[in-house]
Amino acid sequence: MKSYFKKNKYEIIITFLMGIFVLFSHIYDYKIGIDSARNFSDSIIEMISFLPLIFILIGLFDVWIPRGVIEKHLGENSGMMSIVWMVLLAMLQAGPLYGAFPVAYMLWKKGTSVRNIFIYIGAFTTMKLPMLSFEIGFLGLKFSLLRTILSMPVFIIIAVIMQKKFGKSFSMNDGKNN
Amino acid sequence: MIILAAVTAVLLLVSFIFNAAKTISALRIALRMFLNLLPQMIPVLFFIAFILALLPPETIEKYMGQDSGITGFLVAGAAGSIALIPGFVAYPMAGVLVKNGVSYPVISVFITTLMMVGILTLPIERKFFGWKVSITRNILSFAAAIAIGTAMALLWRFL
Repeated sequence: MKSYFKKNKYEIIITFLMGIFVLFSHIYDYKIGIDSARNFSDSIIEMISFLPLIFILIGLFDVWIPRGVIEKHLGENSGMMSIVWMVLLAMLQAGPLYGAFPVAYMLWKKGTSVRNIFIYIGAFTTMKLPMLSFEIGFLGLKFSLLRTILSMPVFIIIAVIMQKKFGKSFSMNDGKNN
Repeated sequence: MIILAAVTAVLLLVSFIFNAAKTISALRIALRMFLNLLPQMIPVLFFIAFILALLPPETIEKYMGQDSGITGFLVAGAAGSIALIPGFVAYPMAGVLVKNGVSYPVISVFITTLMMVGILTLPIERKFFGWKVSITRNILSFAAAIAIGTAMALLWRFL
C-alpha cells in the first residue's frame, strides 16, 4: 500500500490540487470550475462502475488463453496462414506500441519476413483483444467493428509496402545499444 | 452495460467451476490493473472535463463534429500522433468526447494515430528499426489513419 502511494505520488498530488480547485470554484462561484467538476463526476462514476467488469474479463482472458500454442507457429513464413498466426499473436498482447518492438525483434531473429513483422505491428496497434473490449465498451460495437475491419486491409498494405521498399536491406537491432 | 455485466458474471462462474485457483488469479490481475489505472485516469478525465467546460459545445461541434471535414481529422491526427496516452485511458476519454459532440470518424483518426503513430516514441522505435524504416512506417500510418477516418465518415451514415 505504501509503495502504491509512492509510485503514484504525482497523480495523487494532482488529484489533491484538483480537489482544491473545485472547492474554491464552488466558494467563489466560478462557473468553469463547477462545470468541470460536474463533467468529471459524470464520467468518473461511469468509469468506476464499468471498468471492473472489463478488467475481470481481461483477467480471465489472461489466465485461460494459451499463448504457447501460437508461439509454436511463429517460424512459419509463407502463405495466408502465417498472416493469421501473426494477427492472432498480436491480438493476445497488451500494452503500448513500443512494447511490440522487442517482440518484432524476436520474430525477425526467428526468420519472420519483413511483411509479417509489419503485419504483427499493425495488428498489435489496432486489434489487441483487451483494447477491443475497452473500445466496444466505451465507443460501441458498431464503431469497433467498422474501425477494425477498415484497419485490417490498411495495415496489410503498409506491410506490403514496407516489404517492397526495405525487403532486401532490412535489418533490426535489439534496441539496447546505439 | 447490463449485457456486459451478465456476460462477465457467467464467464466468471464457469471459470470458477472449472478452476477456482485460476479464477482467483484472474481476479487478482483484474484488481491490480484497476488500481494501476485509477490514479492515471483521474487527472486525464479531469483535464478533459475542464477543457469541455471551457469550450462551448458549438466550438467542439464545429472543429471536431460531424461536419468538421478535414480540419477535424488533422486536429485529431496531430493530437493522436503526439499524445502518449495508454489505450486504457484513451478509450474512456474518447467515450466522453463522443458524448460531447466529437464525431465517430474524427475519434477513429485520433485512436488510430494514437495507436499507430508515435512521434515521441520515435527515438525508441529507431533503436530497433533504424531511422529510415521508422519514419516511413510512421508516415504511412498517419496516411492510413486519415484513410480509415475518411472511410468511416462515408460508411457511418449508411450503417
